[in-house]
Amino acid sequence: MTSGTTDFEALLREALAPVDPPADLAQRLELTLVNLTELAQDELESWELSAMRDPRNWVRPAAAALIGTTAGTALVVLRVRARHRARRAGSGSLRELAAGTLQDIAEETRRVLPDR
Amino acid sequence: MGDSDGSKTKVELDARFTELYRAHLRDVYSYAYYRVGNHHDAEDLTEQTFLQAYRHFERALRESNGRPLRPWLIRIAHNLAANFYRDRSRKPESAIEDAGVISSVHTTESLVEGREELQQILAGVAQLPDDRREALIMRFALDMDNREIARALGRTDGATKVLLHRAIRQLEGIVATPEETQG
Repeated sequence: MTSGTTDFEALLREALAPVDPPADLAQRLELTLVNLTELAQDELESWELSAMRDPRNWVRPAAAALIGTTAGTALVVLRVRARHRARRAGSGSLRELAAGTLQDIAEETRRVLPDR
Repeated sequence: MGDSDGSKTKVELDARFTELYRAHLRDVYSYAYYRVGNHHDAEDLTEQTFLQAYRHFERALRESNGRPLRPWLIRIAHNLAANFYRDRSRKPESAIEDAGVISSVHTTESLVEGREELQQILAGVAQLPDDRREALIMRFALDMDNREIARALGRTDGATKVLLHRAIRQLEGIVATPEETQG
């Protein structure tokens, strides 16, 4: 009886053998993940650079740097995350999504940091 | 102090995610494949699972308290698969609809081909209710233990043990009456 069950389970294990993913899936996925991290970094850097070219923006990044990981930044992150989540549902491409998210960061930073 | 700690954490996070990805790509793909029944959708589901996992990895790590993250990954795939069926108005029952197709892409291709009993089992698995089918996929295709399956399905260890037991018994019943599986 027990051996019958054991035999059946052995058959089940054979029938449900693990399936190797296609090689191109692994490559594509790794590329996507690398692009995701690089894209986010590149976009952020270029946004920072363009913002820094305008002297009127110098106060805010300086204040942001001072604030560091305090509540203001946390608030920006939370708000941006919430909008990112909402946007993700309707977004066509990753780049579109990243661009939108970066815009949110800029807007929220402006709102949270003291206006001077 | 925050800056260097922060960037180091980001590098570490990416490295750990890479480890997780490499260790479990096959698991996620196997789960997706047996869940949706074809390569095309399984690839999509696998890709979406890892993208979703990447977004929430930091929190998952924090909340896992050192426990393995495989159940968390499979749970993401499980939720995405449920959405997949809902969005496209597809019936999960159509998964693994053709045991012949599945057997032809196994890593153990030659093993399943020409072995009617294995094909009957696959056809029987397709007839099981979702939760039972999933539990069997996790146990036999992914070699997950009861605790891992329980975490992936959001059940208690006890309930998972019962679920697996009933799934096997029901499948045995289906396979014992092959005319039903083929009709």
